[in-house]
Amino acid sequence: MKTINLKLKIWRQSGPEDKGHFMDFNATNISTDMSFLEMLDVVNSDLIKQNKEPIEFDHDCREGICGTCSLVINGSAHGPELGTTTCQLHMRKFNDNDTVYIEPFRAKAFPVIKDLVVDRSAFDRIIAAGGFISVNTGSAQDANAIPVAKEKADLSFAAATCIGCGACVASCKNASASLFVAAKMAHLNLLPQGQPEKENRALAMVAQMDQEGFGSCTNTGVCSAACPKEISLETIAQMNRTFLQASLGNRPPTKLSEGGF
Amino acid sequence: MVKLDSKVPSGNIQDKWERHKFEMKLVNPANKRKHTVLVVGTGLAGASAAASLAELGYKVKVFCIQDSPRRAHSIAAQGGINAAKNYPNDGDSVWRLFYDTVKGGDFRAREANVYRLAQVSVNIIDQCVAQGVPFAREYGGLLDNRSFGGAQVSRTFYARGQTGQQLLLGAYQALMRQVGKGAVQLFSRREMLDLVLVDGKARGITARNLVSGEIESYSGDAVLLATGGYGNVYYLSTNAKNSNVTASWRCHKKGALFGNPCFTQIHPTCIPRSGDYQSKLTLMSESLRNDGRVWVPKAKDDKRHPAEIPESERDFYLERIYPSFGNLVPRDVASRQAKFRVDEGRGVGHTAEAVYLDFGDAIKRLGQEAISEKYGNLFQMYEKITGENPYKQPMRIFPAVHYTMGGLWVDYNLMSSIPGLHVLGEANFSDHGANRLGASALMQGLADGYFIIPYTLGNYLSSNKFESLNETHPAFIESKKQVSQKLMQLLSVKGKRTSDEIHRQLGQLMWEYVGMSRTKQGLQKVAKDIAGLREEFWKNVCVPGDANFKNSSLEHACRLADFLELGELMARDGLEREESCGGHFREEFQTADNEALRNDEKFCHVSAWEYKGVENSPLWQMHQEPLIFENVKLSQRSYK
Ligand SMILES: Cc1cc2nc3c(=O)[nH]c(=O)nc-3n(C[C@H](O)[C@H](O)[C@H](O)COP(=O)(O)OP(=O)(O)OC[C@H]3O[C@@H](n4cnc5c(N)ncnc54)[C@H](O)[C@@H]3O)c2cc1C
Ligand code: FES
Repeated sequence: MKTINLKLKIWRQSGPEDKGHFMDFNATNISTDMSFLEMLDVVNSDLIKQNKEPIEFDHDCREGICGTCSLVINGSAHGPELGTTTCQLHMRKFNDNDTVYIEPFRAKAFPVIKDLVVDRSAFDRIIAAGGFISVNTGSAQDANAIPVAKEKADLSFAAATCIGCGACVASCKNASASLFVAAKMAHLNLLPQGQPEKENRALAMVAQMDQEGFGSCTNTGVCSAACPKEISLETIAQMNRTFLQASLGNRPPTKLSEGGF
Repeated sequence: MVKLDSKVPSGNIQDKWERHKFEMKLVNPANKRKHTVLVVGTGLAGASAAASLAELGYKVKVFCIQDSPRRAHSIAAQGGINAAKNYPNDGDSVWRLFYDTVKGGDFRAREANVYRLAQVSVNIIDQCVAQGVPFAREYGGLLDNRSFGGAQVSRTFYARGQTGQQLLLGAYQALMRQVGKGAVQLFSRREMLDLVLVDGKARGITARNLVSGEIESYSGDAVLLATGGYGNVYYLSTNAKNSNVTASWRCHKKGALFGNPCFTQIHPTCIPRSGDYQSKLTLMSESLRNDGRVWVPKAKDDKRHPAEIPESERDFYLERIYPSFGNLVPRDVASRQAKFRVDEGRGVGHTAEAVYLDFGDAIKRLGQEAISEKYGNLFQMYEKITGENPYKQPMRIFPAVHYTMGGLWVDYNLMSSIPGLHVLGEANFSDHGANRLGASALMQGLADGYFIIPYTLGNYLSSNKFESLNETHPAFIESKKQVSQKLMQLLSVKGKRTSDEIHRQLGQLMWEYVGMSRTKQGLQKVAKDIAGLREEFWKNVCVPGDANFKNSSLEHACRLADFLELGELMARDGLEREESCGGHFREEFQTADNEALRNDEKFCHVSAWEYKGVENSPLWQMHQEPLIFENVKLSQRSYK
């Protein structure tokens, strides 16, 4: 078993009001078979034993699908490996004596809760505004009543694999949520079931995105490069077309959401 | 004395649910908005229930631990969801799905529930497609199906290796639509820590706000628990790290009976542990066994690289022992055989705790491209985790805890032994008996949430009177006080061991003695050991920080306290059940060729455990619900 030692510079922030700072830690005897989060577990367990508060970070499935883990590692959202979430990143990608900077996903719309944990509920509110197909339970027809061309279904699926982690926002210099919003629109708009609400969905979701304080998209493409699910930039082009179409129709965005959270 | 009434309607099994739906009382539309329903959990079961109830007009409050309802553990399900659609025309039917599920569960499930599950399975697929769930399709544009273990028909609908994700996003979006409309109030980063009873009815919950640390009260006319399974009692499992038993356990201690706690499923194909720091295990989908061949070296302690072991020195043990099912035997059988090989000293890899799953032959036969088309994403995931290329050398796999068939006991209406407390999804003791078939958990979660609870809850609400009350009621104040005290107690121990360390130790005990094979002696020993570990925990755990902020060590310790009680109950349940069935294998009860030997005369029942309180020893009393099979003949499973 190969082991390495690392110098960690980890962002600590006691709460939303705190200014925050980097703190130094040594991670010693780290097996290269460990995942990045298991490496942090080791650091935390040492802290707990000294009765010090461990570093707070979000995680759950630890297999790259729930979108809970985050972290900006040495300047990249989810770290250096392409198409990989932090929880799937393994220590064999690092070298002995590396210095590793670990920060939260930063964006105005993602306020820090504590240390590396941020509030991403803005994403939920965008979905609540229009990221759905309006069909009540029980009112569906037979599943095979409407055939869907395989190519379309596959493209829709590819967009639907977005895990809502927010890496796109964290890596964008404008903190834009365009890739997240566009992926959801592509998922639903590519299917026949998504057609009736297509334009309204575009208006409502974009309006909510703006209201949450995300920046605007300047097409740098960094989001797609950072996306652990490699969602295509093409979805953003599609979103822009749909949005334009809907706006030209001159319809005010029917606000689907009016209730509180 | 608790009365166990399953409330299964009388009559023909085919007509029970239809008749019951007709006979149940309805809530008048204008009255629905007067009822507040609390839904705890936003996995498939909770999200589908909350959305459907809000659509009907109820006021719904929904709670989850994660920062977003979309991140519930259901998101990780890979393989697929069963439904008796019979689109492939290969002879499937509601009856066959019902039969396969009862048989797969080794005849320890309630017939009427399983039949209803098979009936509503078809509606689930319709609903999901209408929501925009992008299931796999054929070139003609119609839905594709594949086959899964324990069935001879293709009835599994799937979305590549991400079926759970796509189904959950469908339910989540339906839920968020109702949140947007104001019909559902969403409380994320909340952890339910107690159930509040008023006049014997479930009338609310006490929860901790995981951001501010505040202890909060919520009142309503019914509580729906959809909080998932308890596989993490083993520490290492395929479950998400936040999955836990606390909500169920606190309800159990308030009077809800716990059904068949020892029935756990150990999945045969997971990536093995690589070292002591391992924090969770990753599943490799069952579908891999369609093309992969399982083997170990014939010689003990064979340290050679797999490529250096000639075919004649490999033991393809599943093919050898089960010539007709071969590598496709059900999960419990495949897991047990892998354990036998490792116990014999024929395990592989640096921990010697694994067997090979080899795609060499399949790649030779079909070509690498065809294999990559089918399993590409799984192979990639394997390589990310292990650093080994499964196209070049066989995968190392080993069984891991995956699912819990046991859970809170519920009647046909999904109501627990506490009036008003309903339990959905993996959290109930459910429809899977002693072993769950692949692709049936997603089906059950969505059946419970979309198509069963909307009817049965209405019947409960319209048949009972609800005194109006709010969170200032003394029962809420008292519950808050007790919850806070327990948290303070955890913080005040200031011992030397982290809760993670103690959890690992509990996990090792559970795995060793309440895992793939169990003995009377082992179970007796472990029940005592766990009680001892629990004592040590309360004297020696170290939880830094305080209760008024985000504090993940406190969250973990609080959950572990409950796992340390549950573990003992699982051992007691396993001890009491002197037979082998499905995932519960007692070494004393096996056939001459090591297969599970049921005892239908003495154990054809659900064991439902009542918590008697710390002042009693033992802490639990067992009640039985007899299982009556009128439609399926009890028989010995055979896969030879
Ligand atoms: C890796 C993996 C793959 C699987 N693949 C398949 C498959 O292919 N097919 C299949 O049929 N099944 C599969 N299963 C099983 C299936 O995924 C689960 O049984 C099912 O998703 C459970 O759903 P649920 O809604 O009951 O609970 P969960 O999805 O576990 O949701 C639990 C919810 O309860 C909340 N919660 C828990 N405790 C509290 C509390 N105290 N307070 C507030 N909220 C709480 C959580 O936040 C969460 O929202 C798989 C399981 C695993 C682990
Ligand atoms: S923890 Fe789930 S994606 Fe990383």
